[in-house]
Amino acid sequence: MDMSVKAGGLELKNPVLTASGTFGYGLEFMPYGDLTRLGGIVVKGLSLKPRTGNPGPRIVESPCGLLNAIGLENIGVEAFLRDKLPRLPWDRTPVLVNLYARDQAEFGELAAVLAQEPGVAGLEINVSCPNVRAGGIQFGQDPGLLAAVCRAVKDRAGAKPVMVKLSPNVTDITVLARAAEDNGADLISLINTLSGMAVDIRSRKPRLGNVIGGLSGPAVKPVALRLVHAVCRAVHIPVIGLGGITSAEDILEFILVGAHAVQVGSSNFQRPDKSFQLVQELEDLTRELSISSWQEFRGSFRETNF
Amino acid sequence: MMMSTPPNCCTLQVLGLEKPGQDQFVHLILEDPGWRWTPGQFLMLRPCAWELDPFGARPFSIADVDEQGLHLYVQVAGRGTRRLAGLEPGESLTVWGPLGRGFVYDQETPLLLLAGGMGLAPFVGLIRNHLDPLRLELLFGHRQDVSCYPFAELEKTTLAWHFQDVCPDDLRQLQEVVRVKIRNYAAEGLVLACGPLPFLRMVKALGAECRARVQISLETTMMCGVGACLGCVVQAEGGGNLQTCVQGPVFRADEVGLGEE
Repeated sequence: MDMSVKAGGLELKNPVLTASGTFGYGLEFMPYGDLTRLGGIVVKGLSLKPRTGNPGPRIVESPCGLLNAIGLENIGVEAFLRDKLPRLPWDRTPVLVNLYARDQAEFGELAAVLAQEPGVAGLEINVSCPNVRAGGIQFGQDPGLLAAVCRAVKDRAGAKPVMVKLSPNVTDITVLARAAEDNGADLISLINTLSGMAVDIRSRKPRLGNVIGGLSGPAVKPVALRLVHAVCRAVHIPVIGLGGITSAEDILEFILVGAHAVQVGSSNFQRPDKSFQLVQELEDLTRELSISSWQEFRGSFRETNF
Repeated sequence: MMMSTPPNCCTLQVLGLEKPGQDQFVHLILEDPGWRWTPGQFLMLRPCAWELDPFGARPFSIADVDEQGLHLYVQVAGRGTRRLAGLEPGESLTVWGPLGRGFVYDQETPLLLLAGGMGLAPFVGLIRNHLDPLRLELLFGHRQDVSCYPFAELEKTTLAWHFQDVCPDDLRQLQEVVRVKIRNYAAEGLVLACGPLPFLRMVKALGAECRARVQISLETTMMCGVGACLGCVVQAEGGGNLQTCVQGPVFRADEVGLGEE
């Protein structure tokens, strides 16, 4: 079948994107696979100025997943556009930039810089990072703030599709999803990590330098699936699902409940060729299940009694 | 020095397993991945049987590759390494490497090798593959019985000393010996060190005191090994971060900050 997907102004050759924060700037994975095979690449969250991130330890494993508190360490948008983007095959695979800023004005400024770049296929607004003090998650928990950020980015993003990445750490995610939709978002991606914590009973200290971190990996997949399902029913714009995907079956589950595409995150750490493998495995699985088109399969989940 | 091959990801079988120290130490022999590598480089591995849990891969120094296969030395320290100790020959692992930057040296320079505990691993291959092992001197500090570590065979080919560290006095004694040795190598030689953080702090301080050229190999928590997760960063001496997995794990001692005790 035709694996390609059109969603919110993005044209993807397949529905498998890599998730921000788990795939570096893309170049790190070149030894392990052909980047042009991927549906899209979402690079590490970028800010206007470089950030050094949080003190260590920054990562701790947990059952079926991991907690991280990197704190959005990044080289800054300028260095990315100068040193990384030209080496990515952006003309053959959409490269989306995840952006982080401390306030609306900075978000707008970032969007304006990226709007000029032919190599950038779209913007993903990070309003859901649990590991930074200013901005980040507070934008993702308050519908009013989210709306303003969304508007600020959309107004300066020119023709670039704007995607808003939602946090699961809220009481009703559909309220935030609607706030994004009503304020110009072209797509929604979810979920970012679940806020979590790990402690050491011997040293009596936290296991993360930042004390709290974000949980990801297969441990969060059921939560992600439920929230993607809820958001898909609440909005009319396309949804990109993510959270704990490690197999082609997982990808189809997200599409079944309504997602247009998915992002593969922590599983890139399980083996660096994981996303490339999943592209192939997804193609094989759609054939095995005789899925005729994405349009037919997407959202075809039947909510019936057993 | 030979350049290492670009990294790749492959599936390797366990060929053999030796446990020299009950179940706490494991010498793993895997199929030869056919890499060119340099001592100090590492790999990431994850048994295929782990499926979803334990979630992540684990980093290990490449100890050596010879006609038997790829040699790794593992000390049981937690959930993952305990599971590794239970591997059987024939089981498959996902392995990627060779990763990072190894020790930088030439075959003519006299080398002082300082190993603490399992920090001995990268020196196994360095010593075995060196053209003139008589130019090498190895000082090995360890907590457990020396038979737990791959030390005995190294002793046969190169000048090697070992010190078991049982009480705080032993550590002070080791520090004195290390100071004298580093001083001997300060003018013409090079000091290479690998071991736990307190050991490396001591080596770094003594190296600075004696104005010796020192390279240290760091061990940090890693998830990806390829520079993507930013979980393994350490502080650069001049400010900013260094990524252990791609900019290290071997650093010049004066470029990396090791923090306070």
